[in-house]
Amino acid sequence: MSEIPSAVVRPARHTALHDVHRRLGGKMVPFGGWDMPVEYSGILAEHRAVRERAGLFDVSHMGEISIQGREALDLVQFVTCNDASRLHLDQCQYSGLMTPQGTFMDDLVVNKFTDRHYWLIVNAANRERDFEHICQHDHFDAQVVNVSEGYTQLAVQGPATVKILQPLTPVALSPIRYYHFTIGKLLGVECIISRTGYTGEDGFELYFDPEHSEHVWNGILDAGQAAGLLPCGLGARNTLRMEAGMALYGHEIDTTTTPLEAGLGWITKLGKPDFLGKAVIERQAEQGLTRKLIGFEMEEAGIARDGYAVLHQGQRVGQVTSAGPAPTLGRNIGMAYLPVALCPPGTLIDIQIRTRTARARVVPMPFYKRRA
Amino acid sequence: MDYPKQYRYTKEHEWVDLDGSTAKIGITDFAQQQLGDIVFAELPAVGTVLRSGQAFATVESVKAVSEVFAPLEGTVAEVNAEVAQHPERLNSHPHDTWLITATVSHPSAVNQLMDAAAYQQFLAASSDSSAH
Repeated sequence: MSEIPSAVVRPARHTALHDVHRRLGGKMVPFGGWDMPVEYSGILAEHRAVRERAGLFDVSHMGEISIQGREALDLVQFVTCNDASRLHLDQCQYSGLMTPQGTFMDDLVVNKFTDRHYWLIVNAANRERDFEHICQHDHFDAQVVNVSEGYTQLAVQGPATVKILQPLTPVALSPIRYYHFTIGKLLGVECIISRTGYTGEDGFELYFDPEHSEHVWNGILDAGQAAGLLPCGLGARNTLRMEAGMALYGHEIDTTTTPLEAGLGWITKLGKPDFLGKAVIERQAEQGLTRKLIGFEMEEAGIARDGYAVLHQGQRVGQVTSAGPAPTLGRNIGMAYLPVALCPPGTLIDIQIRTRTARARVVPMPFYKRRA
Repeated sequence: MDYPKQYRYTKEHEWVDLDGSTAKIGITDFAQQQLGDIVFAELPAVGTVLRSGQAFATVESVKAVSEVFAPLEGTVAEVNAEVAQHPERLNSHPHDTWLITATVSHPSAVNQLMDAAAYQQFLAASSDSSAH
């Protein structure tokens, strides 16, 4: 047996819950410079728990960058592609941190606390780099602080989430709308309680002082036990987000891809004032794209994987960005960048799987959408 | 889980159950634990020539792709169709679920593989060296 190894570049960092994960039997793997649980009871069981009941994830490796000051909004507007001026208080927004080339430095969520205080919630592997990048472009009256060390982030995801969490908090959870947050106590601990997630299910993400990590983690596990909540690792997080057609930094998006190519035109507001890379994206919008991100399903036996070549009529036309089994759908799916002529759903392509090829079909994304 | 005493084992976590010149070949409990939920197995055709140490099958979990190496030289005699239908049996019953049977060219070569006690020692030693 040989497993495809993942590279470890430096000593892995630990979240405040690292010992808890090991005690729970979590299988630890390196991810974005962190030693994180990839699974506890198994990816399939955890995936199903989130789709049918609920799952609890430690996502404290994610970073939080605070931007405060008289011109906080101007800085957020300048470095991101979505229009943060449209945010109400206590609202979140999915957006992209742009390079001057109009490509992704990162994808992120913007939280608006006040007119002068925003948070950018960024990916684990990028949090220092993002911070430097934002500081470099801070020609505004705004203070940028990397507050990542000050927060544990947990995600509770799945249809039973409200039922499980409601007894733990005086905050009325149901009225919190999707992509909104509130601040209140949960298990006696002051939390930012945000109706967001990365699974395609209803759920909340909680941010709080790492000192209380074990108390909150164990409290939610206990409260969720009767409803069938499971602790979940990054393995299920990945299969869940893939089914939901959500991008993962370093796979679907990176410094070589623009929001338009990634199908993220809906977070790209060319009508707002100048921002990093805007001119490049405008030009791309005018001239049209040469390639786009698509979803595909395997038609023949075989599992596509990240990095596999995509062929059309024997010619290499692209590369798989993320792929694997979709447990809820019972199919093998993936995403890839293809020349625009091959992007219409129904187009047949071939995936190079080791020494053979297997037929696949371009399909619309998301692959999975929860019932409202 | 028990490692059957009559089996022989490789450092790449295959097991061999040799009877005369016919060998059943599978992956060990340790291997399936490392892989996690197994969802697909690509097995060779009957008649495929096995070269010792070379990959003859691929086992895939949700997360990982893993090659299976031939512990001995020989020829594939049978392929376990049940594995293709129910790859999850490699998780639940790794030591009862063979991937292939092979007609082995040099049955005595099996003595160069580890017995159950040596394999378990090997596992213990590798987990010590990777502990951090």
